[in-house]
Amino acid sequence: MSDDRKKSIRQGMVAGSPLILGYFPIAMAFGLLAKNTGLTIMDTSATSMLVYAGASQFMFLDLVRAGVSTGSIILATFLLNLRHMMMSASLSVNLKKDTSGFLPIIGFGITDETFSVLSFNKDKLSLAFILTVNLIAYLSWIGGTAVGYLVGEVIPKALQDSLGLGLYAMFAALLFPSFKVNKDYLKPALLGAMTYFAIFKTGLLSSGWDIIAGIVIASGLGVIVMGKEDKDE
Amino acid sequence: MSRYLPVILGMALVTYLPRLFPLMLLNKLRLRPSMMRFLQLVPYTSLSILIARGILTSDPEMLPAAVGGILAAGALAYWKGNLVLSVLSGIGVSFLLITFI
Repeated sequence: MSDDRKKSIRQGMVAGSPLILGYFPIAMAFGLLAKNTGLTIMDTSATSMLVYAGASQFMFLDLVRAGVSTGSIILATFLLNLRHMMMSASLSVNLKKDTSGFLPIIGFGITDETFSVLSFNKDKLSLAFILTVNLIAYLSWIGGTAVGYLVGEVIPKALQDSLGLGLYAMFAALLFPSFKVNKDYLKPALLGAMTYFAIFKTGLLSSGWDIIAGIVIASGLGVIVMGKEDKDE
Repeated sequence: MSRYLPVILGMALVTYLPRLFPLMLLNKLRLRPSMMRFLQLVPYTSLSILIARGILTSDPEMLPAAVGGILAAGALAYWKGNLVLSVLSGIGVSFLLITFI
């Protein structure tokens, strides 16, 4: 194995390690909730292994409990996860050449969390790096699901809840340092928060559309405020 | 066959295709500067939105823990740069706030 590849894998492991903390607890919460919703361990594992999308998996459990039809569940899932299309587009421009041919595998692994890690490492997106990050994330997710299903009830509630918040801690830990690198990035971040707050307050858009609209509007405003592509970046 | 298998497979498909689609297409296209800039900003806007949404949709009793954990993790990451430590600190602060407030 070439040195470059080894280096990429090592960097992938470093970059991906916070994902374990961000993912494992949430996956455990999902496993536990799925069990309480009456799913078998096979179904629960299949959901985490095949759908592999945190928020929509929880929504799925919600909808199952509410007795919603299969078709409506699938449609709701589609809408909620549509934002990954934009994240995928955002990443695609920075993928290194050695990734071509492996796009179907890379594409499968795109989630909010892996997208966050990958896009804050956009100078490193070689095949080895991406697959390492994706593998760490994926294993944490399905591992956590299984553990949560099997033993989740024994953890005290306060700990369960704080572990669940680890997801947002991870997002913050990724976003805040970027302001140090370049203060300009505060602008899209603030635009995002304000735009979403406004959308949330109107209450007009349902889950999925609210996030997508927020991302599109805020990023669009960002282009206006910040000007076209900065060639230095 | 499990009663949930069809819906799980359906969800998997509608989740996977939008993730794959842009990678396959945009790899070949050249985009204009304003579009490149738009895509470049998506990580910052989306992350901020996901955090904002997490706070806005949390239970009122969890709110201090959510905000506290986020600020602790963000601040530590900003000043120390160690991601894993930052996330652990965020979880720790959340735990303390949940237990004592």
